[in-house]
Amino acid sequence: MGTNKILRLGRHAFFLTLAIVASSLTIHPIIKADIAVFSDHQHERRYRDIIAELRCLVCQNQNLADSNADLAKDLRKMTYDMVIAGYSDEHIMEFMVKRYGDFVRYKPPFNRVTIILWIAPGMLLVGGVIIIWSITRRSPQTTKGSRTLDRKRIRQELEESQEQ
Amino acid sequence: MIPEIGIFALIIALLLCLFQGIFPLIGATRGIASWIILAKPLAKGQLIFVSIAFAALTWSFISNDFSVAYVVQNSNTKLPLMYRISGVWGSHEGSLLLWMLILSCWTAAVTVFSRSIPEEMIAKVLSVLGLVSTGFLLFILLTSNPFARQFPIPLDGRDLNPLLQDPGLAIHPPMLYIGYVGFAVPFAFAIAALISGRLDSAWARWSRPWTTLAWVFLTIGIALGSWWAYNELGWGGWWFWDPVENASFMPWLVGTALIHSLIATEKRGVFKAWTVLLAVFAFSLCLLGTFLVRSGVLTSVHAFATDPARGIFILIFLALVIGGSLSLYAWRAPTIRSSGEFDITSREVAILLNNILLVTSAITILLGTLYPLILDSLQLGKISVGPPYFNAVFVPLAIPTICLAGIGIYARWKTDQILRITKGLWLPFVFSLALGLILPSIGMGHYSITAALASVLGIWIISSATHNLWYRLYSYNHAWTPRNVSASIYGMALAHAGVGVLVIGIGFTSAYTVEKEVRMSINDEYVLNGYQYRFKGVSTRQGPNYTSLFGEISVLKNDQEITKLYPEKRTYLVQDNPMTEPGIDVGLFRDLYVVLGQPLENHQTWSIRIYHNTFVRWIWLGPLIMSLGGLLAALDARYRKVTLNPRTNSSNARRIEMN
Repeated sequence: MGTNKILRLGRHAFFLTLAIVASSLTIHPIIKADIAVFSDHQHERRYRDIIAELRCLVCQNQNLADSNADLAKDLRKMTYDMVIAGYSDEHIMEFMVKRYGDFVRYKPPFNRVTIILWIAPGMLLVGGVIIIWSITRRSPQTTKGSRTLDRKRIRQELEESQEQ
Repeated sequence: MIPEIGIFALIIALLLCLFQGIFPLIGATRGIASWIILAKPLAKGQLIFVSIAFAALTWSFISNDFSVAYVVQNSNTKLPLMYRISGVWGSHEGSLLLWMLILSCWTAAVTVFSRSIPEEMIAKVLSVLGLVSTGFLLFILLTSNPFARQFPIPLDGRDLNPLLQDPGLAIHPPMLYIGYVGFAVPFAFAIAALISGRLDSAWARWSRPWTTLAWVFLTIGIALGSWWAYNELGWGGWWFWDPVENASFMPWLVGTALIHSLIATEKRGVFKAWTVLLAVFAFSLCLLGTFLVRSGVLTSVHAFATDPARGIFILIFLALVIGGSLSLYAWRAPTIRSSGEFDITSREVAILLNNILLVTSAITILLGTLYPLILDSLQLGKISVGPPYFNAVFVPLAIPTICLAGIGIYARWKTDQILRITKGLWLPFVFSLALGLILPSIGMGHYSITAALASVLGIWIISSATHNLWYRLYSYNHAWTPRNVSASIYGMALAHAGVGVLVIGIGFTSAYTVEKEVRMSINDEYVLNGYQYRFKGVSTRQGPNYTSLFGEISVLKNDQEITKLYPEKRTYLVQDNPMTEPGIDVGLFRDLYVVLGQPLENHQTWSIRIYHNTFVRWIWLGPLIMSLGGLLAALDARYRKVTLNPRTNSSNARRIEMN
């Protein structure tokens, strides 16, 4: 990836480039032919989490971690550089989304368009529990009365099956 | 000649299905005995002709008949025989034929194992199945003919997709389809019961073994799919919340809900309307799954727009099935009366909560799967909905479901006291809390909260199931001879325990799996979790229809070699894409999983990915135990009893009156 292309991306990219230059000056582990080497466990865990959450844009349905596509390799390298340079997870995600849109992230954003997606599970659950509660409230405490009802039901069903 | 026989057989089968869908139904509602008895022979005839068609396609594959377009697209002379047979369902047309064959098998099975069910009812059930078959045969014949010829005849075929050349994929689709299609049977029972207006406990009892059996196959099918992905895709994962996976998981969740609500309907005569809806919903999700996977809509909304014939057909079929069922339901709903009453503390409520949680999970997954498609087609932007979303919403729904499972099996029908339940369950509760919290600190590198939560939940469901079995066998029983307990109780305990094993597997795998990417030259060694991986180099090998870069890694523990792993990179000759075959050493508590990466600099140094997958076997062991439990429950002798004839029935009624 050419430096020109990166520079076009504005502020984030500028800092990123700075960071990459800075990181290559200090003694930092580096990627040799697509192998990410880390000295810090924290960094490694964050790197793995991030590339698992980002989508390979040219594959059918794969994340960056599992993809062998060239684009995925580039993005992995970029993520690696940003993690090593000390960028926060949010910052890296923000950078990726700015560049490639919400599509790049497997975690959909919470906004006007996706609100149903995020609140529907809770609404469904609450609705269901309210329905159960109202059903059981309608029927009074089980007493002998409903036992006889039960017996009535059994008799009724037996009669029905007799009619068959 | 043979392919034409196939088409001909399909057309005959279509006619038989059409008869089967019309005459027995009218016969049963109008009381025309000679039309009712048509049902079984028609169903068997349908199976015979669909089998002939399937055999014709299989023959075309085995004999390398490249005049058949479908064979050209999915086979090759160099393809091993096993994959030439499994290639029959390697793509769209053949998959549908397999679908159809399995539907015919289920239909024929209903004719054989239904001696205890009245003839009119069976006639209606077979008619509904006949109508479903008619739809599918029309779909095959109108949009997806697997026997279409092609001229000029090519010398060789384009080979089966290399991803599918794996034993796991040879058996995964049939199992999955047996499960998918199996839900047509409870659907047919529900519709037949709605038509007759007789939604009673008898209907629930007839549906139960079929539902459980379909669920067993679906469970095995999904587990095999996950196992295949682990073996073949080479990223050490076992579930990706891919739309195709979701398509099979949604009917599983609703099917599980259906199994539980059928128990309440049979035993207590409650939730009848809800159970019918679940049966319709489960089968609709199976159809929707076929639509999603087969229409190309998942790859892109535009793929669907460019070749809409198949997608539109399934969509119309789906609309007919759902619309028809719901109108029938709306017509009959006023006559459905649930007769039982129950308290807030009762097994009925536990089952209702279980249903709410499972159905909410299914709808959530449906929403997550369809949301990107909906947004895209409304031009509201492109988003991805993947593992972070599904984990965030599914796990909080799964945890209460698991907690509830242990309580539900102990709670009494109708009414119970919280105090009694607490007194009865304190032992498994304390046991699971103690052992579950300790377990992650034994033999694991670090203590993980995820693993602790999973092991508490997993042990809770196993210990409560064991406790429940013991309670049913021995409680208030001073002589130490166990009571007679039906097979379905053992099945339930086993199936619940299987869920526990699965939960522990998921928790420990996600908490303790370690992945390392290293560069290795010959005789380099890398140590991961106490295992020394020594790289022995890469050689080239020739497979039947591929060339392979064949890595060799010996694994040592305390300098003693324990195994050799052979990760491969295969390049298939016809479809020139590289496939990764990991080298795996299987163990109950850990898998050693090695993937060959890229050659670096010269061909002496390679990038190698090493995974230490903790407890990953439990993820497939759990579903295996679950399906064994389901099998035990489905084969319970109780379901095979012949109905009592009217005379014994009336004497029973008298006896109840005397009581």
